[in-house]
Amino acid sequence: MYMFKYVSKRLGLMLFTFFIIFTMCFVLIKLLPIPTNALPGQDPEIVMKTLEGRGWITNIREGVNGVWEYDRVPILKQYGIYIKRIVTEGDFGIVTTYGEYLNMNIWEVFVSHLPPTILINIYSTLIGVPIGLALGIYAALKKNKWQDQMINVFIILLISVPSIVLALMIQYVFCFKLGWFPLTMSTSNDYFTWDVFHSMLPAVFALCLGSIAGYARYTRAELSEVLTGEFMLLARTKGLTKKQAIYRHAMRNSMVVIFPSILSEFVSVLSGSLIIEKMFGINGVGGLYLNSITFQDYDFFMLLSGFYTLVSLTAGIVIDISYGFIDPRIRMGAK
Amino acid sequence: MDNNMNNIPVEKFRFATRNDLYHDSKFETKPVSYFQGAFRRFSKNKGAVVGGVVIAFLVLFAILAPFFTPFKPAYYDMSYAYVTPKINLFANSDINFWDGCKQKDTGYVTFLKDKALAAETGREVIKNGEYEVSEDGSVYSYRYDTYYGVGFGKYKIISVEEFQDIQRYQNETGRQVIYPVVKVSDRPTLEKNKYDANIYYKVENPKASIIRPKLDKNGDIIPNYWKYEAGENVALIPEYNSLRIEGENGFTENGTQYFYAYGRKVDGGIEIRAEYYEYYIYQHTQVLKDGIEEPVFPFGTTATGKDIFACLAYGARFSFIFATVVALVNFIVGVIWGSISGYFGGKIDLFMERFAEILGAVPSMIVITLLKYHMGATSQALVLFIAFFATGWIGMAGTTRMQFYRFKNQEYVLAARTLGARDRRIMFKHIFPNGLGTIVTRIALVIPGMIYTETSFSYLGIINLEAGNTTSVGTLIAAGKAAITADAGYVALFPCLFLVLLMLSFNLFGNGLRDAFNPSLRGTED
Repeated sequence: MYMFKYVSKRLGLMLFTFFIIFTMCFVLIKLLPIPTNALPGQDPEIVMKTLEGRGWITNIREGVNGVWEYDRVPILKQYGIYIKRIVTEGDFGIVTTYGEYLNMNIWEVFVSHLPPTILINIYSTLIGVPIGLALGIYAALKKNKWQDQMINVFIILLISVPSIVLALMIQYVFCFKLGWFPLTMSTSNDYFTWDVFHSMLPAVFALCLGSIAGYARYTRAELSEVLTGEFMLLARTKGLTKKQAIYRHAMRNSMVVIFPSILSEFVSVLSGSLIIEKMFGINGVGGLYLNSITFQDYDFFMLLSGFYTLVSLTAGIVIDISYGFIDPRIRMGAK
Repeated sequence: MDNNMNNIPVEKFRFATRNDLYHDSKFETKPVSYFQGAFRRFSKNKGAVVGGVVIAFLVLFAILAPFFTPFKPAYYDMSYAYVTPKINLFANSDINFWDGCKQKDTGYVTFLKDKALAAETGREVIKNGEYEVSEDGSVYSYRYDTYYGVGFGKYKIISVEEFQDIQRYQNETGRQVIYPVVKVSDRPTLEKNKYDANIYYKVENPKASIIRPKLDKNGDIIPNYWKYEAGENVALIPEYNSLRIEGENGFTENGTQYFYAYGRKVDGGIEIRAEYYEYYIYQHTQVLKDGIEEPVFPFGTTATGKDIFACLAYGARFSFIFATVVALVNFIVGVIWGSISGYFGGKIDLFMERFAEILGAVPSMIVITLLKYHMGATSQALVLFIAFFATGWIGMAGTTRMQFYRFKNQEYVLAARTLGARDRRIMFKHIFPNGLGTIVTRIALVIPGMIYTETSFSYLGIINLEAGNTTSVGTLIAAGKAAITADAGYVALFPCLFLVLLMLSFNLFGNGLRDAFNPSLRGTED
């Protein structure tokens, strides 16, 4: 019961935060001039009518010199229409200026770009987490020996070398010089063929190196702290072998802190990394986001902003809540 | 017992002397303040000190390098696109490194052309004239000088005044800028080859797409300059009274004296063949007078011929100034916010925390994009600054708040309050100095993060500082990524190196600071 109260409180707070950010974004976007310029081949009247149909402007009339005039709908009313459309029809609007997807349903375009982003991040998590954990555990068990020192240097290097540089190096060495992989990801839509997987690999490596270093460092710190705990001494005293003591007691206790971050990593696979996506030409959400900024496609920008905000908020809350579930000793939010 | 104590005989008492008084003796060692101790611990940490030195070096580079290079981020010269890094020291030695050359493996025709270029200008287009031929004779390998390899570029049309000025310059300095031209009817016919000023020799087939030089019996190329008889007045050949490659008195062929034509009159001026290396020097020392004396790019150039060294120096300078200013502002605002929130606690704290939490949850990408939309016309640096400030101070405020929570119930604070100290005095005289170490450490850890975020935004193209006459390391890295397919890895090399060194040294430095200020935290996160 107590847990339920805590979770619902956190969830409520999260939704509140999200709502405020979303509203702020909407208002700030709507304060900008409406992009009524027709693209080549577009009829300005149709552009106007579309905007009117969306509920952004009203009372269109042709003024002097053939310039179209219109009145703006109050922003809060627009917001009401926007929210209503989303809730009742799941309609986030249509693409107005992003040339490639002109007049398409924003939500559909968005969903069609999710798979590459998610796949790359899932692969990288699947590779990165076990390796990172293994390295961290090994280093903690061999603490202050040469193996530990080696792993430490490796970790510090990987953490300090920014992903932008790592990705560039991987692309230069493996894709260009050695030619093991194509320079950019294949644009095919069959995501589960060998060709596509093969072309994803450099991006996956670039992504997972960072998470390997992160998990190794985290695990090493946690586990080496647990290993010095007095209950470990007790476990040995009561007759457990070193192996048993480590498996049954030390590992479990150190996982209390590590497991939540793994969970949250699985939530953030959705958002991915803009840099990696741009570097390896991945046709994912990141590219959409960057293009929606350049094309000033505001509805698109709204959807993606909301999406990124929601993902990062959820990832944060997952960590907090899972602590309480994994370790009953931690009574979250208790006074 | 009590009775006994009362009945101590008088004889047992002695008078106390002054010698029996024991005061606390003064410490013989000097007192070590908190910051002195921190500094001592810091200097013992070798990694942190090395990090500090590297940071100092990078900062010095960012401050001083712009003064030592005449190039600016706005400078570009398409003729010198993708020239490789060159330092005169190495270029004049025999070391095949940093000499502005690159390894070239190519076929016979290209090799001949390079050789012809070298023969005419007397420059080492092929380094030291050394080359290797593969066994079947199809591949020629040599170190190709990317600077001299530009050669003549295209035929250039200049004004009559400039033509005369170049002659004046040639006479004064003795440097050959203008070389003889080839008669239009003798040039290759295809549009793409017609204006190629590097072809000064007879070719096998003027109509071919790929030009092959014609060779004489000795295997040498045959110059194809436009010549005229001495004293003859050709309408299209302008007057020329300067250095001549054929000698002052021309040359004699079959008993007749000839001169080469050093230009061709066309509409709007004179068409010349100028060796670009010399022409560049002439342009920059005589016409533009911008302090550039020679085309030497220590870090090479990008696809648009920008000097990477200058761009990196200016970009680094911007990054450092930007990060310092933002950190300072964040520090001030964050400390004030955090100390109020932490010291007073309760409802004020709750409200301030919620506010900071919501603001902090907005992804920085969204903040910067919205700002960019609204302030599109103004400076991008300002957009960056506001965006970084908008969410940056929250972390600082959080750290300060934690420090205030940690210290506000300590006895010395209670004592100060009992003695009647006001809130402001307690906050900034008693609590704040104790938390300062942690807060300073936080700054050191935040600065590289800011530089990296700024770099990423520039890399992604969300922010473009080029308009503001500076540039960013991120823009350079984006250029380096584009250069990968041109096999110009060095474009990305130096910006990446800068970024890696910066991150690594700041990490070491920051961790060292943290350990020094909080010895109890040592090793918790490394």
